[in-house]
Amino acid sequence: MNVPAAWYLVLAAVLFGIGTFGLLTRRSALIMFMCLELLLNAVNLTFVTFARTLRDIGGQAAVFFVMVVAAAEVTVGLGIVVTVFRRRSSTSVDELSEMKG
Amino acid sequence: MTLSIPSIHYLAILPVLILFGGAVVLLGVTALVRGALRTSIATGITLLAAVAAFVSAFFQWADLDAHGPSTTIAHAIVLDGFSVVASAVVAVSLAMATLVAHDWFHREGVRGAEYHILALATAAGAVLMTQANDFIVIFLGLETLSIGLYVLVAFDRRRATSSEAALKYFLLGGFASALFIYGAALIYGATGSTNLTTVSYFLGANVVLRPGLLYAGGALVLVGFAFKVAAVPFHQWSPDVYEGAPTPVTGYMAAIVKVGAFAALVRVLVSALGSQLTTWRPLLWGLVALTTLVGAALAIVQRNAKRMLAYSSINHAGFILLGVWAASARGSAAALFYLATYAPVVVATFAVVTIVGGPGDERHTIDSYRGLARRQPWLGAALGVLLLSQLGAPLTSGFFAKYAVLAAAVDGGGGPLALVALLGAAIAAFFYLRWTIVLYADSPEGATSVPVPRATAIAIGAGVALTLVFGVWPGPLAALAQHATVLFTS
Repeated sequence: MNVPAAWYLVLAAVLFGIGTFGLLTRRSALIMFMCLELLLNAVNLTFVTFARTLRDIGGQAAVFFVMVVAAAEVTVGLGIVVTVFRRRSSTSVDELSEMKG
Repeated sequence: MTLSIPSIHYLAILPVLILFGGAVVLLGVTALVRGALRTSIATGITLLAAVAAFVSAFFQWADLDAHGPSTTIAHAIVLDGFSVVASAVVAVSLAMATLVAHDWFHREGVRGAEYHILALATAAGAVLMTQANDFIVIFLGLETLSIGLYVLVAFDRRRATSSEAALKYFLLGGFASALFIYGAALIYGATGSTNLTTVSYFLGANVVLRPGLLYAGGALVLVGFAFKVAAVPFHQWSPDVYEGAPTPVTGYMAAIVKVGAFAALVRVLVSALGSQLTTWRPLLWGLVALTTLVGAALAIVQRNAKRMLAYSSINHAGFILLGVWAASARGSAAALFYLATYAPVVVATFAVVTIVGGPGDERHTIDSYRGLARRQPWLGAALGVLLLSQLGAPLTSGFFAKYAVLAAAVDGGGGPLALVALLGAAIAAFFYLRWTIVLYADSPEGATSVPVPRATAIAIGAGVALTLVFGVWPGPLAALAQHATVLFTS
């Protein structure tokens, strides 16, 4: 069975949509992280699909860069969450309200 | 199967190599010495790398004169006048910010070289962005810049606001990066390449019959950049991050993020998507109008100096976007001129804010500045000049910068937009002048002088000198920016 490329693109768009929705509505920093990862993986799927349809290796190479960046990002992000957590014992972003104006 | 290695023009990537090499050397040195590395050694190595990167810009310029602009590493990196001048601006900002941070470290009793390592790495990311000729390279530069800055923002571990600001910056910055790279993926699907030059050729030679992918991709890329440069309505993170970050970091961040992101934005919009001008221009029109007006209007109601400067920097972003909107060689040159004049001024302004903030980095209300110029005439006058330069007063470089972008916009058929931006500048003038008046008001009872450490004084002096010299005599820098045109096609 041959799945048309468009379906992969739609799947990627849906994943990106879910990630965006989660990032904007959820209040736990960790869930927001997971949504960020979902966004980047949707991008990867898009790159791979296009690389396949265009018969171009460039898109597949791009995926490696995105994966490396995603890994680096999550390392730093978790470090920041830990520093916040040490102070507040909570990862809810609703409590991050020291600054206003 | 043979693996062909693309040819590398090492001079083109020399500033990145120097800055990143500096970070690696510093990292090695910290691992080798017993205990924490002395701050002066870390500062020395950082300054050395910044100066070396600045000097290498001269060699690059000479190479440009001899051979013209070129691309290297499979056309992913470009060496043109635009990138050379922008990298030099990054190097100057790094050097000034390092001097300010050095004294901050002494005052706050922080030790170690982590700050300097991250500052060098982020500067390398910013330089890479100015040279990137491929969406993937822009993404790498953007992330090298951003990830380092997330950590730098969280650097002050004693204040809860610092790590809060970092978390906010991280979540929104990560979102912006994801939007950008998704947009790049869609453009790749529409045009078959991530290389800006190839995209530009493709769009110039073909009519895209079903441009949905391309438009969606372009819009996502634009929104990603708008988040990074804090253009309204994507600016909400910026005042919190500016307030929460350690003050020397705020100044550094305000300078290099703008240089890196705008340099890449000019390349993407004007060079790669130049043929789609009629599509993206209206979007940018709205962004410019909102950014200049809302940035200035919200700055007026702030009582905290750092938040006020955050909104002021949003207003400045609007003006630089105006240069991008003009979508001409003149507009790009004007945007570059604006960046080159704004970067040292904003670093020096935050240097003064760092000093006035005092131990603990806490005193940032406007009232802490009351009578500053009476107590400390030199410091007060320096801040006055820096504020007037941001306002765009004549005899400062800010005046010519604003004039250049406005003239380029009018030239590009944006008369009404230039008027809107001018209105924004007029509103912004109100709070710059109010701050200046506060400086010269009577000193309140019991107000004490703040110590001005030597390295910070040098940084402030450099900022003031640059703005005055180029304000009175803008010719050389303007000519440099004029010659520093973007490599449109290669």
